[in-house]
Amino acid sequence: MMFDVSIGKLGRWATAAVLLGGLAAQPALAGDMKTYPAPEGHPLSEIISGYEFRTPETQALQDDDFENPAFLWVDQGEELWNTADGTAGKACADCHGNASESMKMVGATFPKWDAKNNRPVNIELQINQCRTEQMGADAWKYESSEMIGMTSFVRTQSRGEPVNVDFSEGDMEAWKAKGKDLYYTRFGQLDLACSNCHEDNYGNQIRSDLLSQGQSNGFPTYRLKWQGVGTLHRRFKGCMDQVRAKPYKRGSDEFLALEVYLAYRGVGLPVEAPALRN
Amino acid sequence: MTVLNKREFLIVATGAAAAAIAGLPSIALGAEKAEMRVAEFLGGATASEGGLSLEMPEIAENGNTVPLTVRVDGEATADRYAESVLILADGNPEPGVATFHFTPLSGTQEASTRMRLAKTQNVIAVAKMNDGSFMRTDNLVKVTIGGCGG
Amino acid sequence: MSKPRVKIPKSAAAGEIITIKTLITHKMESGQRKDKQGNPIPRMIINSFECTFNGERVFGCDMEPAISANPYLQFTARVPESGEFEFVWKDDEGSVFSTKKKIKVA
Ligand code: HEC
Ligand code: HEC
Repeated sequence: MMFDVSIGKLGRWATAAVLLGGLAAQPALAGDMKTYPAPEGHPLSEIISGYEFRTPETQALQDDDFENPAFLWVDQGEELWNTADGTAGKACADCHGNASESMKMVGATFPKWDAKNNRPVNIELQINQCRTEQMGADAWKYESSEMIGMTSFVRTQSRGEPVNVDFSEGDMEAWKAKGKDLYYTRFGQLDLACSNCHEDNYGNQIRSDLLSQGQSNGFPTYRLKWQGVGTLHRRFKGCMDQVRAKPYKRGSDEFLALEVYLAYRGVGLPVEAPALRN
Repeated sequence: MTVLNKREFLIVATGAAAAAIAGLPSIALGAEKAEMRVAEFLGGATASEGGLSLEMPEIAENGNTVPLTVRVDGEATADRYAESVLILADGNPEPGVATFHFTPLSGTQEASTRMRLAKTQNVIAVAKMNDGSFMRTDNLVKVTIGGCGG
Repeated sequence: MSKPRVKIPKSAAAGEIITIKTLITHKMESGQRKDKQGNPIPRMIINSFECTFNGERVFGCDMEPAISANPYLQFTARVPESGEFEFVWKDDEGSVFSTKKKIKVA
């Protein structure tokens, strides 16, 4: 049995099995997984990228930048980086120059404390802040192709850099704690917390999917299911939908807090964006 | 959404879908449509075995994107090349996937793409050579999560 | 819609066989799906691809709805001389996407 459920929960679990398709026997994936030491105080002793849980064919799609379709979005982001927009008539490049230098650390250090607004900011929110405050342009919708393209382009500059978010600034610890609370809260008709799947059962099959640790180092990510690139908050929404819970909104404080906490759970993992997942 | 028969429904409900559907014969309709396409492509000729191969994962993690490589043995030359290679998936609602056209300028007679597979099924390739001869190969792919709409 | 991605080497030896990879953004709506109201979503796919070299056909592909979103094609070409490859995709609505790449034969 995949989940450690008490007899009283079996009825609910039977529903879960039908809704999620239940357990599927599948041969274990070959090869050793690359692991990284977990940061201090982490519930797990080692952390593993979602990449390691995918089949060799799915991994191969990520391994070659040309074959990885996510680069269609990265290319779009690069074009937008150099395109002036808004009343100030400025492009990102006018202020930030060459992204491979100015954005090199962004993907590894975000979400970051924003002292001016007294809250954390993730890459998507920072981009909209620059658009509205610096460029005099309209904010992009959270899941628009422009936003996904730009976020992918920015975060790709940090590929290979270990995740290294600074939790000592401002109230980052409080946001991290709020995210942790959410992570261990059971949601939805299936009454499952993020931790039930991604901490207690990573390496086990659910439906015909191999559960990973639910790390965020690969986002934005091209999912075969989506047939496109999506944000981390879209993935959160999908996971909440899976347990039949009413999801929070993309860009909401709840998802931002989860993002801050997930960054902590993945400190030290190399940034992989734009990753490819099933 | 395909209507499931009782046996398939039980398999889905009991959650052994991936493992069990692999053992089911493909639904006749898709297979029949595929054979009609093959017959039309052959135009009365017969296809031989060998000289043509398909490379695909044995188990596809997601049916939305299943990598596929078609290979006709030997280099493409002005004397001998595969004019058309028809690719069909006999368990999709519509079996057609693609037709590759090689020329003497192709160099090799090898090409790759990515396809949608609704479920575990046979993928069929039929090559028509420039001399009018045909070759055929059939390969089973197991799909754990079906591609939507394909 | 972003530009198609095409990868070819910049140069080759005369007669060399090179590998070409292409990728283009397209949702490849299969015509098999329904919207939230249950109405069928009409088919809208890229249905053909052509690669030519100095005007001569190198490789072509007719695509059907079972080709994955953001179609990927990999194939090879024999390069007899310096010249230009042209890549052309067409979709069901008659849109044409194309790009060109030069190659030098040393
Ligand atoms: C019912 C089990 C389940 C629950 C509960 C669940 N997830 Fe997931 N999650 C999955 C599955 C299945 C996947 C896809 C396979 C994988 O990477 O684990 C996934 C993937 C992810 C990924 C992407 C990992 C990657 O490498 O791309 C993230 C991030 C994630 N989940 C976060 C969460 C968060 C945050 C929560 C709580 C709000 C949560 N999940 C709750 C099942 C679950
Ligand atoms: C008029 C100048 C200007 C333009 C144009 C501009 N920005 Fe900014 N950007 C800034 C300033 C100033 C900061 C410092 C933080 C702040 O005040 O928000 C910044 C910060 C950032 C950061 C965080 C960097 C870090 O190391 O913390 C990112 C990411 C960013 N911008 C992305 C963009 C993108 C993407 C665009 C184009 C859509 C853009 N910016 C356009 C001025 C600009």
